[in-house]
Amino acid sequence: MGVRTWLGEWPMFRQATGPDPLGRGAAVQSPRTKALEPRTDAADEVVKSVCPFCAVGCGQDIYVRDGRITQIEGDPDSPISRGRLCPKGSASTSLVTSPSRVTTVRYRRPYGTEWEDLDLDTAVDMIADRVIDARRRGWEDTDSQGRVLRRTLGLSSLGGATLDNEENYLIKKLFMALGAIQVENQARI
Amino acid sequence: MHSDCIVIEGSNMAEAHPVGFQWVMEAKRRGATVIHVDPRFTRTTAVADEHVPFRGGADIAFLGGLISYVLENELDFRDYVTAFTNAADIVDDDFTDSGDVDGLFSGYDPDTGHYDPASWALDGAYRAPAAGKRDAWESQMPDGPRPGADPMGHHEPRRDETLTHPRCVFQVLRRHYARYTPEAVARVCGMSVEQFLQVARSVTENSGRDRTTAWVYSVGWTHHTVGVQYIRAAAILQTLLGNMGRPGGGILALRGHASIQGSTDIPTLFDLLPGYLPMPSAHHETLADYIDADAAKTGFWGDMDAYTVSLLKAWWGDAATPENDFAFDWMPRITGDHGSYVTVKNQIDRKSFGYFLVGENPAVGHANGKMQRLGLANLEWLVVRDMQMIESASFWQNGPEIETGELRTEEIGTEVFFLPCANHTEKSGSFTQTQRLVQWRHEAVHPPGDSRSELHFYFHLGKRIREKLAGSTDERDRPLLELTWDYPTSGIHEEPDVVSVLAEINGADADGRPLSTYTELRADGSTTAGCWIYTGIFADGVNQADRRKPGSEQDLVAHEWGWAWPANRRVLYNRASADAEGRPWSERKKLVWWDEEQGRWVGHDVPDFEATKPPDYKPDPGATGPDALAGTDAFNMQSDGKAWLYAPSGLADGPLPTHYEPVESPVANLLHDQQDNPAREEMNRAWNRLNPSQSEVFPYVFLTYRLTEHHTAGGMSRTLGYLSELQPEFFCEVSPALARERGLEHMGWATLISARTAIEARVMVTERMKPLRIGDRTVHQIGLPYHWGSNGLSVGDPANDLLGVVMDPNVHIQESKVATCDIQPGRRPRGPALLEYVADYRRRAGVEPGGIQ
Repeated sequence: MGVRTWLGEWPMFRQATGPDPLGRGAAVQSPRTKALEPRTDAADEVVKSVCPFCAVGCGQDIYVRDGRITQIEGDPDSPISRGRLCPKGSASTSLVTSPSRVTTVRYRRPYGTEWEDLDLDTAVDMIADRVIDARRRGWEDTDSQGRVLRRTLGLSSLGGATLDNEENYLIKKLFMALGAIQVENQARI
Repeated sequence: MHSDCIVIEGSNMAEAHPVGFQWVMEAKRRGATVIHVDPRFTRTTAVADEHVPFRGGADIAFLGGLISYVLENELDFRDYVTAFTNAADIVDDDFTDSGDVDGLFSGYDPDTGHYDPASWALDGAYRAPAAGKRDAWESQMPDGPRPGADPMGHHEPRRDETLTHPRCVFQVLRRHYARYTPEAVARVCGMSVEQFLQVARSVTENSGRDRTTAWVYSVGWTHHTVGVQYIRAAAILQTLLGNMGRPGGGILALRGHASIQGSTDIPTLFDLLPGYLPMPSAHHETLADYIDADAAKTGFWGDMDAYTVSLLKAWWGDAATPENDFAFDWMPRITGDHGSYVTVKNQIDRKSFGYFLVGENPAVGHANGKMQRLGLANLEWLVVRDMQMIESASFWQNGPEIETGELRTEEIGTEVFFLPCANHTEKSGSFTQTQRLVQWRHEAVHPPGDSRSELHFYFHLGKRIREKLAGSTDERDRPLLELTWDYPTSGIHEEPDVVSVLAEINGADADGRPLSTYTELRADGSTTAGCWIYTGIFADGVNQADRRKPGSEQDLVAHEWGWAWPANRRVLYNRASADAEGRPWSERKKLVWWDEEQGRWVGHDVPDFEATKPPDYKPDPGATGPDALAGTDAFNMQSDGKAWLYAPSGLADGPLPTHYEPVESPVANLLHDQQDNPAREEMNRAWNRLNPSQSEVFPYVFLTYRLTEHHTAGGMSRTLGYLSELQPEFFCEVSPALARERGLEHMGWATLISARTAIEARVMVTERMKPLRIGDRTVHQIGLPYHWGSNGLSVGDPANDLLGVVMDPNVHIQESKVATCDIQPGRRPRGPALLEYVADYRRRAGVEPGGIQ
């Protein structure tokens, strides 16, 4: 290694003589940091999405590698957000990869003191039975004046503002067919 | 960013909608004046040109003062007002104004607490409202005719185009707000006369032919017992100034969840069907009854039959026929308020047994957390679908009522199913953002473990229920069994095809071809549409919400990014951006105009008007639907095509906004004898005690709000490391003066007490909070961010536990932006001692005992 090369590896020298006098870029790179690449570069694909927090609707680019999300960035193409995300939107990667996320069904039996495991299909089947039962017990054919009601007050639903339009559509459609009128979401709040 | 002046009132936009706020800053860079009217000095205030500190709950006084300033100084945009508003209509002489009688309008019944709106009518005409209480006449007068209406409903009201008739709307408005002088407003709001006049000058100087002012609000306006009237007041002012339907104008609602707009359009709400069709009521026996009662005969609501029949065809397909009224009879009927709070009351009373919570955490996020948790604890079963273990799922383990001993885990009978859900990257679908723009997301990865989309869960739940009821001959099961519920599925989990759901929402013709716009819908059953205002989102079989032409390659309107309902219009009622003759009001404020050569409306936005209806078009007498509107009737969802300065129908609490104090107010109403909204909705139960008005025991006002770093009830933010580190703890903001008065130390602890409960928070003493002078007393306001609960990385007491529930009578939204409390230094008592501590406050304030029943 010649003196010139050795000097060239010295950050102070590079900062003093190179194009990075403030020492915030090339001048302070080590072989290790030089070899670093943004994880966005290594993504298999970039999927177009929208931020899930408030209603501004900022565009998001989802970086995926080996079937896992490696990073979420603001979408510069969006005329709404022009690539920007706020602290919440910027935390989207930790939202979708959160270690405290619950990914299996949890079940608490009546008067139980602990959570238990339950198979998803069994849970859906139990819920279907309970919906049918509550619907029947809360059913009202007519009111006191004999006017047709054709509804049930036995069950209700809350939530929708964090869901997709297509999901809200199926919820409303199913509940109307059940006669369950008590469907509400955050918009009332 | 086309605005010359932006007033942000009832919103901390920089904090709660930071990325949207970049456009306010762009407007400011281009010379716009930014005004922040708010009780607190916030991140928004920090970059505003003017800050008007004032008392929460005084907005109608403030806006009424501006209306009066405009009228008394003749600063209204007169050409706009005469062309596009109902200012010239004559009000019936039965009407008495709240300015005349104690702050009450005519028609009030003190026994029921309700208004009969009959006397608010216009002279010579019934005007069906486009929203709100559309069929008030039918429900209150089942056998009577509509006041002033002929059987066809075609009568025109008497008008005075000179606006001088003493009973014309313009003069009624002037008299109503005459007492809202700058001096009176300053006294009620706690601002100086000069501060008020400064805003009045900025707003009026930046409105007119050449300039426009925008008003921005959020839940700082809706969370009141008079919330609807707040927005009405802004609408009156912006209409008088000619700021509606024009570039840089308008009233912008900033909404707080990714698709809260979508869940209102395609509503998971009790009182609506998709596209703002009202839910049928018990007095609507037939489809014709329903249409007749709720729909205006003129304007675009005149085609409500086509929207409704298309919806019924989308849901029940071939089973919906002209012979069976298109299965209208299968729709359940409502009878009054079935909103969230009434439902929870029914749960506590064990009249409602099962509950689905889908991406919502009411134990933290709703007013009166105790009431919410008591509802949960009295259920038979509860299904929670979320990503994290939220407080509403674990209330039986670690809720505040377990700590106090009011509830015991072993005695709570609620069966809880926690089902994990897919997040926004794990499913495809659309969100509708705050300006009605629908944007598509693509699935990036598969959901882990048992996590599924809501689309998956509800489709398969519906399928399972239908299988269990298959073969039933019970008439009540027919709507379920005949429901169109056969979406194609794919993958090992049989995920339903979300694009086929979007296509159903869009609608199709008799041959199954996607429709392009709602004017193609028919009432004869030949078309379908799951949500008529979204028709066109799947035009030509193409997902228009998935259009992503980069903003840098488009003009500022960016029509090729996503799709806005209706018809991809970006500014509603934009016909009003041109004058009566169809010419732009000015070169600078050009948006949409009439092109004589082409014989059509053209411009920078999709015209919100029938494309070829000329400005001088006059309807034939007896015309119906859109044909009945003239070429100057820009507000075409209204039955008369006019912006309503005076609302003769549709509202539960008066045709004009009137200042009433919040139910829990530290001061008397200085403008009217009537203290608070006489038509408000209350729930007087042990778990929902209210603080008396002007109580010395609860002398301070508190306000609840959001922080940038957290999201609503915290399930999507208090569980994340970075965000919890940025805002680690629940705190209260107090002024140095209040800190001295109560001995509160910065960074120390404080206990806040109301008739509901007591909570504790870290103290932040800050000059951002200013004591206000109201009448002869000093009013202190305390700020409380409401994000905290017991679960997650960052935990704390829920601010919402401090609130009671008292509601606006139009929309049943709670008054959570202003309530009263006491504040004391130190931490709150623990366990049963907390109950005794609060009980003592109730006794001293003369409030009935609390409890869980």
